[in-house]
Amino acid sequence: MGRLFRLVALAGLMALLAAGRGWAGDAYGQERRYMVRLIEADVRDTRRYIGKEALDPRVMAALGRVPRHEFVPPSLRTAAYENRPLPIGHGQTISQPYIVALMTDLLGLKPGDRVLEIGTGSGYQAAILAELVDQVFTIEIIGPLGREAGERLRRLGYPKIETRIGDGYYGWEEAAPFDAIVVTAAAGHIPPPLIAQLRPGGRMVIPVGSRFMTQQLLLVEKDARGELTSRQILPVRFVPLTGAH
Amino acid sequence: MNRFPRFSIALVSAVALGYEILLIRLFSIIQWHHFAYMIISLALLGYGASGAFLCVLRERLLARFQAAYIASLLLFGLSAVACFLIAQQVPFNPEEMLWDPAQPLRLLAVYLLLSLPFFFAANAIGLALSRFRRRVAGIYAADLFGAGLGSVAIVGLLFVVFPGRALQLLGILGTGAAALACWELRVRRAWGLLVLGAMLPLLLLPADWRGLAISPYKGLSQMLRIDGARIVEQRSSPLGLLSVVESPRVPLRHAPGLSLKATAEPPPQVGVFTDGDGMTVLTRDSGRRERFGYLDQLTSALPYHLGGPKRVLVLGAGGGAEVLQALYHGAEQVDAVELNPQMVDLVKGRYREFTGDLYGRPGVKVHVAEARGFVAATKQRYDLVQLALVDAFGASSAGLHALNESYLYTVEALQEYLRHLAPDGYLAISRWVKLPPRDSLKLFGMAVQALRNLGVEDPGRRLALIRGWQTSTLVIKNGEFSAGELTDLRRFCRERAFDSAYYPGMAGEEANRYNRLRQPYFFTAARALLGESGDEYRRRYKFNIEPATDDRPYFFHFFKWELLPEIWALRGRGGFPLLEWGYLILVATLAQAVLVSLVLILLPLTLLRSRAGNGSFSRRRVFIYFGAIGLAFLFLEIAFIQKFILFLSHPLYAVAVVLSSFLIFAGLGSAWSGRLAAARGDRVVLGLAVGAIALFGGLFLLLLPVVIPMLASLPDPVKVPVAVLSIGPLAFFMGMPFPTALARLGDESPGLIPWAWGVNGCASVISSVLATLLAIHLGFSLVVLAALALYGVAFAVFPGRRGGA
Repeated sequence: MGRLFRLVALAGLMALLAAGRGWAGDAYGQERRYMVRLIEADVRDTRRYIGKEALDPRVMAALGRVPRHEFVPPSLRTAAYENRPLPIGHGQTISQPYIVALMTDLLGLKPGDRVLEIGTGSGYQAAILAELVDQVFTIEIIGPLGREAGERLRRLGYPKIETRIGDGYYGWEEAAPFDAIVVTAAAGHIPPPLIAQLRPGGRMVIPVGSRFMTQQLLLVEKDARGELTSRQILPVRFVPLTGAH
Repeated sequence: MNRFPRFSIALVSAVALGYEILLIRLFSIIQWHHFAYMIISLALLGYGASGAFLCVLRERLLARFQAAYIASLLLFGLSAVACFLIAQQVPFNPEEMLWDPAQPLRLLAVYLLLSLPFFFAANAIGLALSRFRRRVAGIYAADLFGAGLGSVAIVGLLFVVFPGRALQLLGILGTGAAALACWELRVRRAWGLLVLGAMLPLLLLPADWRGLAISPYKGLSQMLRIDGARIVEQRSSPLGLLSVVESPRVPLRHAPGLSLKATAEPPPQVGVFTDGDGMTVLTRDSGRRERFGYLDQLTSALPYHLGGPKRVLVLGAGGGAEVLQALYHGAEQVDAVELNPQMVDLVKGRYREFTGDLYGRPGVKVHVAEARGFVAATKQRYDLVQLALVDAFGASSAGLHALNESYLYTVEALQEYLRHLAPDGYLAISRWVKLPPRDSLKLFGMAVQALRNLGVEDPGRRLALIRGWQTSTLVIKNGEFSAGELTDLRRFCRERAFDSAYYPGMAGEEANRYNRLRQPYFFTAARALLGESGDEYRRRYKFNIEPATDDRPYFFHFFKWELLPEIWALRGRGGFPLLEWGYLILVATLAQAVLVSLVLILLPLTLLRSRAGNGSFSRRRVFIYFGAIGLAFLFLEIAFIQKFILFLSHPLYAVAVVLSSFLIFAGLGSAWSGRLAAARGDRVVLGLAVGAIALFGGLFLLLLPVVIPMLASLPDPVKVPVAVLSIGPLAFFMGMPFPTALARLGDESPGLIPWAWGVNGCASVISSVLATLLAIHLGFSLVVLAALALYGVAFAVFPGRRGGA
């Protein structure tokens, strides 16, 4: 009798736990949807400055799918879907979702594209990219961080992402050229080899600022003839000069 | 027992002042310096808290004076070390303040921890003032004397030992003051043994406890995460902690502002971090000139394509990137000016071979000097004066330098540089590009102003501004640009995909071509700043781009209050990076200091109500009097430090010389005031003091602008005594008002002494922050005038006759 009771109790407990996890999953899902709505509202506000009414719906859908809470330290999971950067250890951060969305949108990705990322960090940006294109290559210079991210991406099922640990300065020669490159950990300048590995017609995005605050986004475009132009984008609705000028 | 413990008072004052300066160093290393100031100014409120504490427990503590006094000193020494070691374990990250509610609490914890040592030090002196109230002039003199010596000693000490070791030494000296007090007060031998026993943990402090926990978000910490990167050498001086980092597996490649079209990469480099941030690099020279091709792909290379300058002056040479650049472009004579001798020593010593003996090459001459001082003293003229990018981007873009006075970037400084150009020579200044534009525009406006001040009628014909995505370079010519030069400029930009932002006769469609902004902001601004409506444009611009001058040397201050609501509304949408933190932190510090002070001042007041003195010095008068002289003393001290930075052409000498002269001469004044008051009456002494302060302060304001340029070329050993002598008389009289009034309180209402001491302490803390704010807005001359007025107020509220109202 005692044994049966224990069995029943155990089964009940397990059911409860499963339900709990289910609720938690739902809760994260809800939070994620809320986060996406928040970003959409921000973009509408910023439309005059980023030059568009809304971001690519595919980008927004990707943000709605990737479980961001899996990419932050367990102690910060409750804050995973707040629109703010979070520390992920090793002196690194996971960017504010709004900035991730803007950067991804600026790349103008198509499904068949091949994308290179310098600075894997938690792997969140790579996961977003993998929701949109067929092949993502990502390099992380900090060993433990890169291994954690690689393991996490495998666990979450992102076979399209290839990870590597090493110096991003020379890009990923074997996989070049790329349709898009994201450089989240820039040296003092944009490495010339990366520019060389960008396909004509390709785009490169670089966030400029500190670990926690993105001051501006740099977009480098290589046209069909291989000519380079760049644009600096303030990720915020702000007019620098007064109306009179 | 009428002898007061003068030596232990002097020692604890010396150590407390040294500790204050050391904390600024320590926090600049583990955090960022603006937070260092914030934390320390708040910690100093420990003085105020001590006033409140003594008010309440005065009688009880005085009954056991010896024990209380010695215990305070001992606790000061022990807590000075322990509190810092605990505080640096608090994982405070200023950048997360906005989101993370735990961060402000951590900051509070740091405040409370660090205010403890100051609380104990102030207790000791406050107790002595209460106990020996007939000897206040002597006690105050010992206090000032000690502090004066402490300010010189700590600067000396920091040349010899690392900051962690200095902390341990100060702790030992602090407890040493307790041992000294045991001897001075002739207490039982057992007490002395107890004190010596308490010193043991400080003497035996494990070496790894002295290590500093640097924020993981500083450049040095980031760099060390890279596989194989390690610190190979560290050097320390009051100018900063230099950490030399080699990274053999993933070489450093520092070339800010490199053209997108560049194909060459920099050769291997070694990074040198100052206080864990602000990296400068030493570059390997393998003897192959083509390896330095990248130096031609930077905006700062522009002047070499205009006239082929042969005699070049590099200000802020650091690891020598700009010197290399000059040599690469065929300069024959390069004078490199660098402030930090240890930096020069690295290039000339350990890395001599690595850098191809950069600083020892024929034609290259290194001068260890402050840039402004060097330029003022030299008779040389140059084809090119190159002002390198001396600050790091990260700190610069977050506005962290907002409070740093910089005499490199003022209108007067530009005029001085321009005076040292040969005919047709260039002054080139490179800055980080920020969005929306700030530095480059402020500098452009200042150049216009400087040229006008030098009598140039059409400054627009002598200016050119170009920009990449990362850096901008402003070139000011000593003469008008020729058509040939402008053709060269256009070619230089085209080949490197840099944009012209301004040159004489530039057409609007040439702006904003390669690195496209939403509008040609730089071009529009440059045109406006040159035109009639330049002032109007500046006034309307969202950031502060008013020219910085020697009286308001805040080039990095871009904040405008009008901006705050807009940025606040955008805080979740990428708006926060637009805030200039330095200024806001200063304001927050002031607000906190005022708030905490009020609590500390009001609290004992309510408790004292029942036993307030019935003397002529009412509580209100005590508050106004000691508040006014507390504010005024530091106003003058800070303004003098600033003015003498230019004269002594070295920030460090200025602080050490001015601070110690002030304190020591004030100590003399204090000692003398006691005797004079006994003979002539205290109101006469005060009148004399305030009159003399007004006289010398006024003379200082009138004469300094005339005298400083006249004496600028004197050798340093002569300048120091000149500075001491010009401060001496003023400081001597500034030492009188405090003991004079305290002696009166001692006669009439001794219960108010600790309170007066507390009010004075709080006022000094507020004063240091307020002086900077006033200087930012109104200039240092006004700070001096305000101080003189405050002394007038103090005189006015000083009660006339004993017993009268």
